[in-house]
Amino acid sequence: MVSSYLVLVWAWTRAAMAYRASFALMVLLGSVITATDVAVILVIFANTTSLAGFSRDEALFLYGVAGVAFSLCDMFVSNLDRISQHIKAGTFDAMLIRPVSPWIQMATDRFMPSRIGRVLQAAVVLGYALAVLDLDPGRLWMLPVMIVSGIVIFASLWTLAAAAQFVLTDAPEVTNAFTYGSGQLTQYPFSAYGRDLVRGVTYVLPLAFVNWQPGLYVLDRADPFGTPGFMRFLGPAAAVVLALLAALAWRQGLRHYRSTGS
Amino acid sequence: MASQPEIRLRSRAAPADNPALPSAGPCTGSGTERHRAITIRRCATIPLYARLVRYGFRKHATYVWAALAGAFTNSVFGVLRAYVLIALWDARPGLAGYDVVHAVTFCFITQAFIGPMQLFGGGLTVPERIRSGDIALDLVRPASLQLWSMAEDLGRAGYLALARGIPPLLLGAALFGIVWPAGAGHWAAFLTAFAAGWAVSFAWRYLVALSVCWLVDDRGANAFSLVLTTPCSGMMVPLVLVPGPLGEVVRATPFAAMVQAPADVYMGTADVPRTLALQAFWAVALLALGALGTRAIRHKVVIQGG
Amino acid sequence: MIELDRAGRSFKVRRETVHAVRDLSFRIEAGEFVGYLGPNGAGKSTTIKMLCGILTPTSGTVRVAGLDPSRRRTALARRTGVVFGQRTTLWWDLPLRDSFELIRLLYKVDRRAHRERLDALTETLDLGPFLRTPVRQLSLGQRMRGDLAAALLHAPDLLVLDEPTIGLDVVSKAGIRDFLRRLNAERGTTVLLTTHDLGDIERLCRRVMLIDHGRLAFDGTLEDLMATAPAGETIEDVVTRLYTAGVPPERAPR
Repeated sequence: MVSSYLVLVWAWTRAAMAYRASFALMVLLGSVITATDVAVILVIFANTTSLAGFSRDEALFLYGVAGVAFSLCDMFVSNLDRISQHIKAGTFDAMLIRPVSPWIQMATDRFMPSRIGRVLQAAVVLGYALAVLDLDPGRLWMLPVMIVSGIVIFASLWTLAAAAQFVLTDAPEVTNAFTYGSGQLTQYPFSAYGRDLVRGVTYVLPLAFVNWQPGLYVLDRADPFGTPGFMRFLGPAAAVVLALLAALAWRQGLRHYRSTGS
Repeated sequence: MASQPEIRLRSRAAPADNPALPSAGPCTGSGTERHRAITIRRCATIPLYARLVRYGFRKHATYVWAALAGAFTNSVFGVLRAYVLIALWDARPGLAGYDVVHAVTFCFITQAFIGPMQLFGGGLTVPERIRSGDIALDLVRPASLQLWSMAEDLGRAGYLALARGIPPLLLGAALFGIVWPAGAGHWAAFLTAFAAGWAVSFAWRYLVALSVCWLVDDRGANAFSLVLTTPCSGMMVPLVLVPGPLGEVVRATPFAAMVQAPADVYMGTADVPRTLALQAFWAVALLALGALGTRAIRHKVVIQGG
Repeated sequence: MIELDRAGRSFKVRRETVHAVRDLSFRIEAGEFVGYLGPNGAGKSTTIKMLCGILTPTSGTVRVAGLDPSRRRTALARRTGVVFGQRTTLWWDLPLRDSFELIRLLYKVDRRAHRERLDALTETLDLGPFLRTPVRQLSLGQRMRGDLAAALLHAPDLLVLDEPTIGLDVVSKAGIRDFLRRLNAERGTTVLLTTHDLGDIERLCRRVMLIDHGRLAFDGTLEDLMATAPAGETIEDVVTRLYTAGVPPERAPR
C-alpha cells in the first residue's frame, strides 16, 4: 500500500520536475494564494481586537492547525476529486486492472509537489501562533493529536466526495462545497458561526473536532456554546468513525461503478 | 411598409451587394480597398454577434446541473463568509460606512459574481485552440477573434448570472436579509456597473488567454491571474476594510472594477459616476491591449505558421 | 481459466432495466485462443469488464483463474494482462520507459526478470525507437505495441484484448497478430480477444464465440462456424447473417 503510493508519487513528481522554473513559480504562487487567507484574517483584526471572543493570535492558532491538516490532504489526497473526469473519459477502467487499490491511484493522480508551498505557509502561521501565545505546556500533547485527526477527517471527507461522484457524474462540483467549504469553515473560531451550523458540523459532519473542540482545550477556553468538557477529547473517535463511513461509501461506489459504453 | 428600411439596411451591410466595393477574398491585405470593405462589414455584422451570444448562452445552458452545483457551492461559501463579517460588524458597528446588512449583502452579491465574472479564471476556448493550432482557422475568419470571444462570453455570463447569480442572493435574503436596489434608476445603475464589470473581467481573461501563445505552461499565467484577482477584487473581504494607501491602490485596480465596484453600486454605497468611470477606463484600456495582442498573435501565426 | 455461470449484468437507464449481458455461461481452458465476436452493443465489453473485475455482475457467477474478479480484483490483476484498443492504460505524461518501470514497481516484479522480459518485448515488438517518448506523443500503432508490452511485463497467464487492432494500418496489424500467435503457441498464454476485424479471427482464433443481445449465439471452432453455412460463403457472409438474423430480439427491457 504505502510503497505503491510512494512509487506513484515519485513518478508524478519526476514528471512535474521536468520544468524546474515552472515548478518553482507554482510553489511560490500556490503559497501566495493561500497566504491571502491569512491576509484576510489580518485585515479583519486590523479593524478589531477581538472576533467572536477570540484574539488575533488565538484565531491564527486555530487557522494554523486546520491549515496544516487541510493542506496536507489537499496535497496528498485531494486528487481523488478528479474521479468524475476519469469516469467520464473512461480512464478509470485502467486503474481497475492494476494490482493497486484505485483509491491510491486516484489520490496520487497528477500529484502536484508544488502544493508543498501551502503546507509550509500554514506551518509558518502555526509556528508563529505557538511562539506568541502563552500556552500551558502540559496541554501541548493535544497538538499532534489534533493534526493527525484533522488529516483523517479531511481525507475521509475527500473520500466521501469521491464516492459520491460515482453517482453525481453530472454535477461533481457540488462536493466542493463540503471539501473546500470545510477548509474555509475551519479557518475561523466556530463562535463566529450560528448555533445551528455549529451543531451540524459537530454532530453530523464532525469538523468541530479538527481544531475547534481540541483547540479550546489547548487554549484553555470554555466553549461559548456550552458543550461539556469531555467533547474536547473526542477528535480521534470522530475521525475513526468518519473514516469507516468513508471506506464503506467508497466500496459501495466501486461496486456500483458503471463503466462507460464502448 | 415597415420591412422596407430593414431590407435596405441589410443590403448596405453586405458589401458584396455593393458594386462600388470589390468582393472580399482570403488574400485581402491590410490597407487595400478590399481590407476596408471587410472592416466595414465587420462593424455591421451585429446579427452574427447576437447569434454568438445566443450560442454561448445555449452552450452553457446544457450544463444545468453543473451550474446548480456551482450555485450551491457559492451559496455555502457565502454563508460562511457572512458569519465572519457579521462577527466583525458586531464588534465594530458602522465600520467603513457599511452596516451589518451591507456586510452580509456584500458577501452574497460577490459570491453571485463568481459565475458570471468567471472570477477563478478561464471560461474562454482561446488557450485550448492556441495549443491545438485551431486558432489559425479562427484568425482567417472575416470577424475579429476578440469580438467573437467576447460575444460568446457574454452569452456564458448571461446564463451564469441567472443560474449561479440568483440562488446565492435568494439564500442570503432568506437566511440573513440583504438590501435590494431601490427603484428603476438604482437597478439601471447596477446593471450598467455589472455589465461593465463583466467587460473588464472578459478583457482581463482574454489577455491571460493570449499569453499561452508565448508561454510554455499556461498554468503559471492562470495562477498569477488568480493571485491578483482573489485578494484585489474584494471577493475575500470588502476592499473598504483595507487601510491606508494600500487600500487606495487595490480599490483602483481592474480587479476592484470587477467585484467591489458593482457590489457598491448594488448596495448604494458608491459614488455612481466615479465608479462607472473607473470601470469604463479599465474596460477600454484592457480591451485595447487585447486588440493589440490579437494583432500580435495573427502576426505570429501567419509568419511562424502557428 | 475462465468460467461463467449464468452471469448477467443489467443497468438502470431512466428507471428501465437494460440487460447488457444475460445468463451467459461458458468455460475457457488454459492455453486456448478465443475470439469473442458480436455487433456493437451486444455485450462484448461488458463481459470483458466483468472478467477484469471492473464491473460487478448483477446475477450469476464469474470466476477467472479460480478467483471472483470483483472481490479479488488486485490479486487477479497480477495474473491477467488487459489491453483496451480504444484507450491506453499507460501514463499519458510519462515516457514509455518510465511507464514500464512504474509497472514493474506496482506489480512487484523483480528487477532481473523485468529486465529480461522488457528486453525480449522490446525486440519482438520493436519498441526501441520510442522508449524515451512520452505516451501522448506516440502514434496509434506505437502506443498499441507499448500497451501490449505493458500488459505482458508481469508475465500473466491470461491476456484479455478488447479490439487491439482497431485503427491500425496493415503492417502494424500483421506485426501484432504474429506476436499474439507466438505468445499463445510458445508461452501457452490464454488469450481472449474481441474484435470487429474478421481477419484477426481467421488468422488467430481456434475457437469463436459470438454474442448477440447479451446472449451466446454461437460457440465452437472456426470450422464449425463455417460448416453452418452453404459452401462458398466467406466468413464475412456467415457473421453478417448471424448478426442480422441472429438471436430473436428478446432484449425488450422489462
